[in-house]
Amino acid sequence: MNKHVSPKMNRRAFVIGTAAVGTGLAIGLDLPFGGPAVVRAADGSPEVNAWVVIRPDDTVVIRIARSEMGQGSLTGLAQLVAEELECDWTKVTTEYPTPGQSVARKRVWGDFSTGGSRGIRTSQDYVRKGGATARVMLIQAAADEWKVPASECTVAKGVITHTASGKTTTYGKVAEAAAKLTPPAEVKLKDPKDWTIAGKGLLRLDTADKTTGTMVYGIDIKLPGMLNAAIKDCPVFGGKVKSFDEAKITGMKGVRKVVKVGDSAVAVVADTWWQAKTALEALPIVWDEGDNAKVSSETIAKWLAEGLDDAQPAYVGNKNGDVKAAIAGAAKKIEAVYNYPYQNHATMEPMNATALYTADKCEVWCGTQNGEAAFAAVLEASGLPAEKCDVHKVMLGGGFGRRGMTDYVRQAVAIARQMPGTPIKLLWSREEDMTHGRYHPITQCKMTGALDADNNLVALHYRLSGQSILFSVRPDALQNGMDPAAFQGVAQSGEAALGYSVPNLLVEHSMRNPHVPPGFWRGVNVNHNAIYMECFMDELAHAAGQDPLEFRRKLMGKNPKHLAVLNAVAEKIGWTTPAPQGVYRGIAQVMGYGSYVAGAAEISVTDGSKVKVLRIVASTDPGYVVNPAQVERQIAGSFVYGLSALFYGGCTVKDGRIEQTNFDTFNSMRINEMPKVESVMVPSGGFWGGVGEPTIGVAAPAVLNAYFAATGKRIRSVPLRDQNISFA
Amino acid sequence: MANLTINGKTFTLDVEPDTPLLWAIRENAGLTGTKYGCGIAQCGACTVHMDGVATRSCGVSVAEAEGKKITTIEGLASGGTLHKVQQAWIAKDVPQCGYCQSGMIMAVAALLSEKPRPTDADIDEAITNICRCGTFQQVREAIHTIASA
Repeated sequence: MNKHVSPKMNRRAFVIGTAAVGTGLAIGLDLPFGGPAVVRAADGSPEVNAWVVIRPDDTVVIRIARSEMGQGSLTGLAQLVAEELECDWTKVTTEYPTPGQSVARKRVWGDFSTGGSRGIRTSQDYVRKGGATARVMLIQAAADEWKVPASECTVAKGVITHTASGKTTTYGKVAEAAAKLTPPAEVKLKDPKDWTIAGKGLLRLDTADKTTGTMVYGIDIKLPGMLNAAIKDCPVFGGKVKSFDEAKITGMKGVRKVVKVGDSAVAVVADTWWQAKTALEALPIVWDEGDNAKVSSETIAKWLAEGLDDAQPAYVGNKNGDVKAAIAGAAKKIEAVYNYPYQNHATMEPMNATALYTADKCEVWCGTQNGEAAFAAVLEASGLPAEKCDVHKVMLGGGFGRRGMTDYVRQAVAIARQMPGTPIKLLWSREEDMTHGRYHPITQCKMTGALDADNNLVALHYRLSGQSILFSVRPDALQNGMDPAAFQGVAQSGEAALGYSVPNLLVEHSMRNPHVPPGFWRGVNVNHNAIYMECFMDELAHAAGQDPLEFRRKLMGKNPKHLAVLNAVAEKIGWTTPAPQGVYRGIAQVMGYGSYVAGAAEISVTDGSKVKVLRIVASTDPGYVVNPAQVERQIAGSFVYGLSALFYGGCTVKDGRIEQTNFDTFNSMRINEMPKVESVMVPSGGFWGGVGEPTIGVAAPAVLNAYFAATGKRIRSVPLRDQNISFA
Repeated sequence: MANLTINGKTFTLDVEPDTPLLWAIRENAGLTGTKYGCGIAQCGACTVHMDGVATRSCGVSVAEAEGKKITTIEGLASGGTLHKVQQAWIAKDVPQCGYCQSGMIMAVAALLSEKPRPTDADIDEAITNICRCGTFQQVREAIHTIASA
């Protein structure tokens, strides 16, 4: 089935990208915490170590490698460093090192990747050590100056005191001397229960500029002599440019150049972006759309439906007992088929990047969730070596997984290469952004459950059919062809483990990869797996004649952390007390990104089709909470993202292309549709889970289960827009 | 050529009369606080005030904007003092990524100048901006905080 392979460009680009990382960049994670030679920041202030720069006026500059896109980890990571550093939080500021600087220093800042809800949880250990190491060195420097043992000195808010003599000094005064010291080999990190900066709901560090229009996003980059580019990629994924008639737009105001970008796209470069876009729309382009132009949502749905058949091959992700025998011998058999569509990330800021290419240098300014991946893309697209390239990261106008990809970076460099010496800002129109996403993968799921005579769940067969993200984006991560991430939320163990014990269980995936390029869409595979599993759990409870909460609880004895968050939402929403007249409840739980989450919703339904979401309660156990105010915002935001996808999202395919082109056909929730989310944090400690994504998984099933409670009707297909169900 | 009055200053800009006000503001006047989100007046990221009325600048041509008093996010503060909406946004830590917030703040400022004590229903009706991060809860709380001050 040639038409159902992922675009070749994707995989080739990835392989080259990783090769660049593998051979040139990944020299190994080397985290030296300082050393004899003083490294200086751009303003001349000494680095105590890679994470901490202290200025003479006691300002503490904390370096942050992960990207900020609204999720708050810039502030959270700074809190963790500051906590161990024992500095004055009011004097903390942050800066991004560039990937080029990191590579030149043997990746001193570690991984830049900001996805998979990993921003804090996979760097907390070494950034805290960075803070603690700097503290030890700063105290040592003061002790050396006073000629007293460091053990007799204490520090609070960046002021070092020698108790016996009453002498005090500040970090700013000893930073120069501290930077020359050899860092300690070992540092002891604080017990989180002793935290005074971390663990608190402090205000974000990056808010003020966002209220005055001065925050710089990629779209706002201005460079001397810069020109602007608008681009059109072949509307059919995998298609190519056949020809374009440049003469038709020559002489249009502001137009400087028309360039082909790779095999598949054409860009117009002009003085302003509006001129470039206007000219691009007037430019006749002939496409070679290829066989993919025959693909539609209907052909994809048919192909996926075939994968639900047991006769088709499938990868097994989670298994125990003998599911088929148990179903055959059961008292009652329940079966349902669900599906989940493509979704666009629809970041508020469309994709863009600014590139400056000269014969011996290539620099890019952009919002990216992965500075190193963007850097590798610049190397590959420019053909220049690492020491001649760099990426300057700016604030992202939303990421949600989309800006972990580097397609827009490559395009900007490809255009800039054709205009050496001129900075080029490439900006996608919203229409380009909607139709050239890296979409949440499309899947269907057939579930068969079996109850014994006492209405106990004895077997569950969970058969997924559909697209693998890793197949297209990270084929090296496949395991003998299987995509292990496909089982997020229904896995046997690990950071996205199923919370139910079922004596006979089979979870499998028939992989089918349509040509529409998939990507990591906030929540990723947890989204559909949680809808399928949690809605079907409700169906099973109903078939068993049991309360959905009680039915789940009986299956969760071996998973106390899953159960604890479920209980927390049940209690908060008052599950055991009757809802007000006309109000109906639904509940759901899942584990993802190392965290346990649950959600419950109260809704009312008018005429079977007008839904009002009245109340949402959500609970999360991420192990540790670094900033409860920001975690609360991530939980609430996850509901907005998840319910937008449930009600309004969904990208359909016609003639090989995505049909939805803007927010008029791919809508998003507004303030009038969104109730307050009441969050309950139950951090149990001992592990570090993520918070940006897992809650999205419970948003849709909580509401869908409430919809069933209200109407007696099961909705097994997303979005609700296509079921004629809307917000009241 | 067009003459636009933006934030109390007159700009003479070399633009076609049918150029959307948004792009004249961003590219010709160089004020990039006003954001592009959709270009079809759906999302509200480009909201400015035109004679005090919250207006989606992507849907207004330069020709239509001539002679009007235009205020962008950069012109909302007066002198060195931030507008009360900006102050509340900082105090309540409203923005996440912040990209939609210029438009959100301009929409809220216009609402409050018309209705200093808006009800939830007033907010629901007047604030129709898209925020993909989902800051609505903080937006609502901040509006009520301002109204009750």
